[in-house]
Amino acid sequence: MAQAASAPNAQTLPELASVYWRPRVDEDALRRRGNLWTTITVAHVVPFVAIAVLIVVLQPLAVAVSLIAVAKAWLIPALYAQRGANVVRPKRRLDDEPERRALGLLGDLVGHEARDLYSATGLVLERGALGVWLVGEAGAVLVRPGRRRVFCYCVRVPEDELPSADRTSHLLLALREDEAGFATVANLAFSGARWRLRRRLDRRMRPALAAAAAAASAR
Amino acid sequence: MSRLVRMDRSGHTTLAEWTAADEGSVESAIAAFREESDRGSFAVVPQGEGRAEQVSELPVDADLVVMRRPIAGG
Repeated sequence: MAQAASAPNAQTLPELASVYWRPRVDEDALRRRGNLWTTITVAHVVPFVAIAVLIVVLQPLAVAVSLIAVAKAWLIPALYAQRGANVVRPKRRLDDEPERRALGLLGDLVGHEARDLYSATGLVLERGALGVWLVGEAGAVLVRPGRRRVFCYCVRVPEDELPSADRTSHLLLALREDEAGFATVANLAFSGARWRLRRRLDRRMRPALAAAAAAASAR
Repeated sequence: MSRLVRMDRSGHTTLAEWTAADEGSVESAIAAFREESDRGSFAVVPQGEGRAEQVSELPVDADLVVMRRPIAGG
């Protein structure tokens, strides 16, 4: 049974108070949310595919209409995956000096491996109890153990004019304080197959997703 | 030398530095800590990969204390 977001824990994120109505995320909650997302995807795809087949069977000359239905069956799940990829899309950069200073602090918080991956992809890989996280400046991707399913969370620091690396550090520290609380505070933007997210992800970030999947499979 | 830093638009700002043996520097750091906490920041002590501890009082023995702003779902 899901804990209340505000339930006492060894260390809970203070921000949970602002989403007190949300049940605290745990393994069961993630499984249920994942299944719900799969059901919704199937509910979008199956009717369009069925209509496409039916149209061709009833009137082969209406194949163009059938193709439109097939396109919709493909497009709607793709738009959801795009929404997931958008959570880690890079934002506007500030001047070089603040970015450099912020990067120095972030570098102090992570190990060599994560630092190198951040330099290449803009994402920090962080292992957690719920899976392997990729933390960006305005969102995070959770690759679940088994590495097939991902959860994309939209979460940010609502402060203007923070350097990119500082935004990532904020999220990373909050994640380390209380992983389940972090997932509770964040808004779920997408859950689905990793390959669906990968296709929509910026090419530069794809190695981070591959690294997270490899780390998740090793768990 | 321990440091209290705030993540801000400059990248980060060092609010205070102290050593446990120097009472004056500790008091200054505690004052800076409280002032930043009153602004609504949360204090975190990084403890290596995967771990960070929230603190409500300045841990004098910590090497680094980071003040962060609240996060919210986007």
